[in-house]
Amino acid sequence: MTNLEKENMAITIEIPTAFRRFTEGAPRVDSGATTVGEALNELTTRFPALSRHVRDEQGQIRQFLNVYLNEEDIRFLGGEASTLKDGDRVLLVPSIAGG
Amino acid sequence: MKELYFLRCRECGTKYGNAPQSFCEECFSPLEVSYDYEAVGQTAKREALSHRAFNMWRYAELLPLPAGFTPTHAIGGTPLVRSRKLGAKWGVKNLYLKNDAVCFPSLSFKDRVVATALAAARKFGFKTVGCSSTGNLANAVAAQGAQQGFDTTVFIPADLEPAKVLNTAVYGARVIRIDGSYDHVNRLCTQIADRFQWGLVNVNLRPYYAEGSKTHGYEIAEQLAWELPDNVVVPMAGGSLIGKIAKAFCELAHLGWVEPKQVKFFGAQATGCSPIADAVKRGLSRFEPQKPHTIARSLAIGNPADGPFALRLIRESGGWSEDISDPEIIEAIKLLGETEGIFAETAGGVTTGVAGKLIEQGRIKPDETTVVCITGNGLKTTDAIAADFPVAEAIAPRMEAFEALVQQRLYAAAKTR
Repeated sequence: MTNLEKENMAITIEIPTAFRRFTEGAPRVDSGATTVGEALNELTTRFPALSRHVRDEQGQIRQFLNVYLNEEDIRFLGGEASTLKDGDRVLLVPSIAGG
Repeated sequence: MKELYFLRCRECGTKYGNAPQSFCEECFSPLEVSYDYEAVGQTAKREALSHRAFNMWRYAELLPLPAGFTPTHAIGGTPLVRSRKLGAKWGVKNLYLKNDAVCFPSLSFKDRVVATALAAARKFGFKTVGCSSTGNLANAVAAQGAQQGFDTTVFIPADLEPAKVLNTAVYGARVIRIDGSYDHVNRLCTQIADRFQWGLVNVNLRPYYAEGSKTHGYEIAEQLAWELPDNVVVPMAGGSLIGKIAKAFCELAHLGWVEPKQVKFFGAQATGCSPIADAVKRGLSRFEPQKPHTIARSLAIGNPADGPFALRLIRESGGWSEDISDPEIIEAIKLLGETEGIFAETAGGVTTGVAGKLIEQGRIKPDETTVVCITGNGLKTTDAIAADFPVAEAIAPRMEAFEALVQQRLYAAAKTR
């Protein structure tokens, strides 16, 4: 991917209500990240208070935080290394319920 | 009267007042209901139960029920069947079947959880209630929602068993079919609860909902004459029930209603959706989500919300987890029917088949007291076993025709006079 292509690429990170107190109320954040992991890092760099809620002490995505790329759980796609393309949506869901 | 219950984070312990909220604002882990056990112990007396009807409300002090709550349905109070033939076949002496296939009003243990969830929904002022469901929960929400006058909307995977869809629609509930798996439905419902002011029983009301499962455990203890069993075999979908039975046993021991005991918890899953069993068997610290593919639709949750807790409980209790294939599930349903006269849905086939496997493996010993949890009725999943029971050819309504049949089919038991 050339730098120009990367600059033109835009994905959206959707922020659940519970996280918005850490994102100045923003319900979604645009990003030029090329992988899911990069998108999460970009998000937590921009909003440092969110950092400890996204990753645990070992740097892993927290056990109860679910990350989806479009309709799919990233654990089915290659985890944080999952690559992003223009228009993709990354969705964060704290503590999935159900059952 | 002051409420003796509150919400508490299962991971960091932060306490919250009662609200329609399922996760901690500090660490985003699940919340559960906790109690002022000292105060509960002063009001809840085992002796008082003898004057109460045998249904889940006899344990009212141990449930998150708002002040002034009056139950309308006699929910729960299902039989604990002492097995004779199945236990003998497996060579175990003290085998019991907790039969929620006959739970009132919608024939699964989900009636219990919906009962406590709707008590909370009313307290919080919700007009619309709903759920994400693999079927049984939708049935239960629709039935009790109708009876209590809620506007009810349920969300299900599009390819659910027809009987379970019908058993929801008949109560007048709005059924929204989602083109995806249960895990997709569930994620959407999490987003809906975030956006709409609806009481989704297993999403924003989940802490209250899950507490209803404890009554399955209280009943087991009481029906064993206030003794805890050695082993419990529990089906696992979201992984909540197994933990709530454990919580029920702990509470009873804490209150002094039973002698404390290290009960072993065994989790049962279908091989086609076995993230928790897989993690137990492979010794993983975190389960890996799966794409479900099994006839046990009520257990087809590939990303179980309480998976981490179920995993911990199974390990710490000294139990184990196993899974069986779809053909084994069908065999187990038939075995349970033929030996005990109980027609269980596919999930009941899973627990029965897994119990047999655990006995064979020597993980459950012949002299121990073992309870196998049957959580739903076979009439809901007839499609899964229909192919095993082809319709017999009809005969004319004449004695000669019957006699010919007897001769032809060699009915060993049939004797002519």
